[in-house]
Amino acid sequence: MSASLLLALPELILSIGAILLMLAAAWGGDGSSRGITLAAVALLVVAGAVALIAPGGHGDGFGGLYRADAFSDFAKLLIYAATAVALLIAPNYFERNGEMRAEYPVLILFSAVGMGMMVSALDLLTLYVGLELQSLAAYVLASFTRRDTRAAEAGLKYFVLGALASGILLYGISLLYGFSGTTSYGGVAQAMGGEFSAGLLFGIVFVLAGLAFKISAVPFHMWTPDVYEGAPTPVTAFFASAPKVAAMGLLVRVAVEAMGPAYDAWRQIIIFTALASIVLGAVAAIGQTSMKRLLAYSSINNVGFALIGLAAGTEAGVAATMTYMAVYIVMTLGAFLCILQMRDADGNLREGIADLSGLARTRPMLAGALMMFMFSLAGIPPLFGFWPKFLVFDAATRAGLFPLAVAGAVGSVVGAYYYLKIVKTMYFDEPAPAFAPSESPLEGGLIAVTAALISPFGYLAIPVLGGISLAAAHALF
Amino acid sequence: MSFPILSLLLAVPVLGAIACLFVDDATARRVALITTLVDLALGVVLWVGYDPAGAQWQFVENAPVFGRFAWALGIDGIAMLLIVLTVFLMPICILASWESITKRVPEYMACFLVMETLLLGVFMAQDIFLFYLFFEAGLIPMYLIIGIWGGARRIYASYKFFLYTLLGSILMLIAMLWMVNEAGTTYVPELMAHDFPVHAQTWLFLAFFASFAVKMPMWPVHTWLPDAHVEAPTAGSVILAGVMLKLAGYGFIRYSLPMFPEASSQFFWLVMGLSMIAVVYTSLVALVQTDMKKLIAYSSVAHMAFVTIGLFTFNRQGLEGAMMVMLGHGLVSGALFLCVGVVYDRLHTREIARYGGLVENMPKYAFFFLLFTMASVGLPGTSNFVGEFLSLLGAYHANSWVAFVATTGVILGATYALYLYARVVYGPLDKPDVAAMLDLSPREVAMLLPIGIIVIWMGVYPESFIAPMRADVGRVIARIERAAPPSDARPTAGHPAPAGHAANNVAAHGEAH
Repeated sequence: MSASLLLALPELILSIGAILLMLAAAWGGDGSSRGITLAAVALLVVAGAVALIAPGGHGDGFGGLYRADAFSDFAKLLIYAATAVALLIAPNYFERNGEMRAEYPVLILFSAVGMGMMVSALDLLTLYVGLELQSLAAYVLASFTRRDTRAAEAGLKYFVLGALASGILLYGISLLYGFSGTTSYGGVAQAMGGEFSAGLLFGIVFVLAGLAFKISAVPFHMWTPDVYEGAPTPVTAFFASAPKVAAMGLLVRVAVEAMGPAYDAWRQIIIFTALASIVLGAVAAIGQTSMKRLLAYSSINNVGFALIGLAAGTEAGVAATMTYMAVYIVMTLGAFLCILQMRDADGNLREGIADLSGLARTRPMLAGALMMFMFSLAGIPPLFGFWPKFLVFDAATRAGLFPLAVAGAVGSVVGAYYYLKIVKTMYFDEPAPAFAPSESPLEGGLIAVTAALISPFGYLAIPVLGGISLAAAHALF
Repeated sequence: MSFPILSLLLAVPVLGAIACLFVDDATARRVALITTLVDLALGVVLWVGYDPAGAQWQFVENAPVFGRFAWALGIDGIAMLLIVLTVFLMPICILASWESITKRVPEYMACFLVMETLLLGVFMAQDIFLFYLFFEAGLIPMYLIIGIWGGARRIYASYKFFLYTLLGSILMLIAMLWMVNEAGTTYVPELMAHDFPVHAQTWLFLAFFASFAVKMPMWPVHTWLPDAHVEAPTAGSVILAGVMLKLAGYGFIRYSLPMFPEASSQFFWLVMGLSMIAVVYTSLVALVQTDMKKLIAYSSVAHMAFVTIGLFTFNRQGLEGAMMVMLGHGLVSGALFLCVGVVYDRLHTREIARYGGLVENMPKYAFFFLLFTMASVGLPGTSNFVGEFLSLLGAYHANSWVAFVATTGVILGATYALYLYARVVYGPLDKPDVAAMLDLSPREVAMLLPIGIIVIWMGVYPESFIAPMRADVGRVIARIERAAPPSDARPTAGHPAPAGHAANNVAAHGEAH
C-alpha cells in the first residue's frame, strides 16, 4: 500500500494541500486569497517536481487502478504548468471587480488532482472518478463571477451538457464492462483481442463520444464557444489548456491500452472526428467577432490536428499528439494572456476583435506577441506552432494515411484565414482607442516567456521535447 | 570546420532587424542600409571565395541541433549566383524606400531584413525541412509588407498572396514527409541522388509542382502576382520580382528535376503547354494594361515562362539559359519597378496615360528607362538576350513547336515594352504637373546605375556568370538525361572535311583577314 501511495504522491500532495488551503480560506476569508493563490502555485510546483523525480518509481498501484509512467509524468507536468499559469493570472483579473475569492485556487487544485488521476487511470472507474472530480470543479469555475449573467449561463450550459456527456461515457463504460467482464484497461483489451462483439463496439463508440465532449471535438463541441465566451477570462484560459491535455492524455491511454486491439474499429471514428474538428473549427471561426469565441473555435481546430497523431495509432503518432498538446497549451495560454491585456481606459475588459484595431501602433510589443501566437496557431513556419503540425502529418504519412494528411493540410489553409484576420486587424487597420497600459509585470513576463518559447528559438528544444514525448508514447506500447 | 560565412550571412540581417525595431525612423534607415551593405560585402566574399572547379558543395555547415533535421547549409554555383543576386538587390530596395516610406519605418526595415534572411536561407538550405521552413516563412514578412505599406486594395492582395502560396506549399510538405520516410535522410544532396520509384515520382512531382507553379508563377495560377505587385510598395515589388519569383525556379532545378527525372519527363507537355500559353497570353494581357506596374507584373509572368521552358528542355543550353533568364530578369524587372517607383514618387499615379514626354525634362531617367526596357526586350548586349537566346536554343533542340511559340513571345515582349516606353517617355510634354517633375536625384542614380552596369556586363561577358554554374548544370544534366523526352529534332550527319584540311582552312581564313 505504501508503494501505491508513493506512486500517487503528486495527487496526495495536491489533495492534502488543497484541503488545508480550503481550511485556510474558511478562516482567512477573501482577504487571504492572494496568499492562498501563491501557496497553490507552490503546491503545483512541488507536485510537478515530485512527478519529475518520481520517488516511487514507475509502476501500477492500488491493485491495478492507477499507473505512474513516463506518459503520466509528461502529461502531469504540462497540466500543472498550465494550471499554475491559470492561477497566477487570476488575482489581477478578479480583484478589479472585487470578486477574487479564496475558493478559486482551491477549486483549481481539486481540478488538477482530477486531471492527474485522468492521465494515470488504468481502470474505467478511476477514469470516471478523475474525470468527474475535474469536471465538477470546472462547472463551478465557469460561473465563478456570480453576478455576471453570462458566466452563470456558461456554468449552467457546461454543467447540463457535461452531465449528458458523463452519462454517455458511463453508458459506454457499462457496455464495455458488460461484454468484457472487467473494468481494467488490460482486461478490456484482452476481451477485444478475442471475439469482437457488437456490444464492445457500441461501448467503444459511447466511450469515445463521451471523451470527445471533454476535448471539445466535433460533433460534441457545441458547448465550447458559449462556455469560453461566458466564463471569466482566466478560467477560459484554464479550460483551453490543462483540461485539454488531461482529456487528450486520457483518450490516448484508453485508445491504446484498453482498445488497442480494436484499432481498426476506433481509427475511423478518430479520423472522422479529427477532420470534422479541423474543418468546422476553421470555417465556423471565420464569422466570429469575439476573441474568446474565436479561440474556442481555434481550440476545436487544434484538437482536430492533435487527433491526427492518435489516428495514426503508432508510437510516433502518440508522441506527435503529446508534443502537439505541449506546444498548443503554450500558444493558447499566450493568446489568452494577450486578451487579458485588452482593457480600455476605464479598466473595462474588451473582447471584440475590432477592439484590436491598430494595436501595432498603440501597443507594438503586445501586437507583436499576439501576431506570433496567431501565426503559430495557424502553423506557419518559422514559428514553433509549425512543428507539432509537421509531426502529426509525418505520423499520418508514415502510417499510410495520405488522404488524412492531405485533408488536414488543406484544412490548415482554411484555418490560416481567420488567424490572418487578427493580424490584419492589428497591423493594417486604423488604431482604435488605446488600451490601458499594463500594470502587471507578471503578465508581461508570462507573455514574453510564452512568446519566446514559440519563437524560432523553440526549434532548439526539439531534441528534448521529442525525447520526452517519445518516452511518454513508448510507455503506452 | 571553416568559418561559417553562410550562417553569418543569415544572422546579420536578423540582428539588423532587431536593432531597427528599437530606434527612430532616420536611424532605422541607416541601420538597414548598413546591414544590407555588410551582407553585400559578405556576398562578394562568397563569390570570390567560390571555386568553380572545386567540390560540388562549398562552404558546407552541418549542425544537427534540431533532432529530426539539421542546420545544414551549403551552396553550389547555382545557389551562389542567386545569393549574390539577393544581396545585391537588397541595399537597392532599402534605398528605394528611403523617401517613399514615411510611416512605420522601423517595422518596414525590419520586415525587409527578415525577408532577406529567409530568401538567402532558401538558397543555402541543404536540409529539405530547413528549406521548407525558409520557403514558407517568407510569407509572413511579405504579407505585412503588402498589407501595411501597400496601395488601395492592399488587404485583398495580401490575403490572396498568403493563402494562394500557403495552399501551394502545404502539399509539398506532405510530399517531403513521404520522401524523407522513403529515403531515410533529410540531406538534400543525398535525396538528389536517391532514385524514387517511378509511380511515386508522379505524385511527388505534382505536389512540388503545386507549390512551385504558384510561386513561379505559372499560368493559370499567376493571378496573385499582379495584385500583389500593384499594391506592394516599390521595394516590395523589386524583391518580389527580383528574388521571390526565383525561389520556384531554384526549386525546380534543385528539387523537381534531379529528384524526379522520370516524372519531369512525363510532365514535359504539361509544363511546356502552360509555359507556351503564359508566354503568348500574358504578353497580350500586358499589352492592354493601363497601369505601369501591372504591365511589368504580367511581363514577369511571361519571362518566367522562359525559365520553365528552359528548365524542362533537359539540355545544357536550356538549363543555363533558364538560369541566365532568372538572373537577368531579377535585375531588369527590379530595375523597371524602380523606374516606375521614381515617377510614382513624384506624381503618385501609375496610370500610363498620365505621363508622356518625359525625355524632355528627365533625360537621365529616360536613358535608364530605355536601357532597362531594351534589356527586357532582350536586345543583344544586355543580360536577357543571353538567357532568352539560350533558352530558345534549348527549346528548339527539345521540340521545335515549343521554340516556335516561345519565340513569338520575344516579339510580343518587344511590343509591349516599347509601347510602354513610347507612351511614357516620348510624345508631347503637355501636362503641367508632368513637366514640373525633376530628373533623377543622386540617390536614384545610385540605385539604377549599378544594375545598369551589371545588366550590360551580363550581356557582353556572360562567361563570368555561366562559369560558376557550368559544373553544377552538368551534374543536373547527368542526373536527368536518362529520362529526357524524345526530341523532334532530326539532326543529320554532315560531311566534315578531313581534320587537317579543316584546320588549314581556318588558318587560311584567318590569314586572309
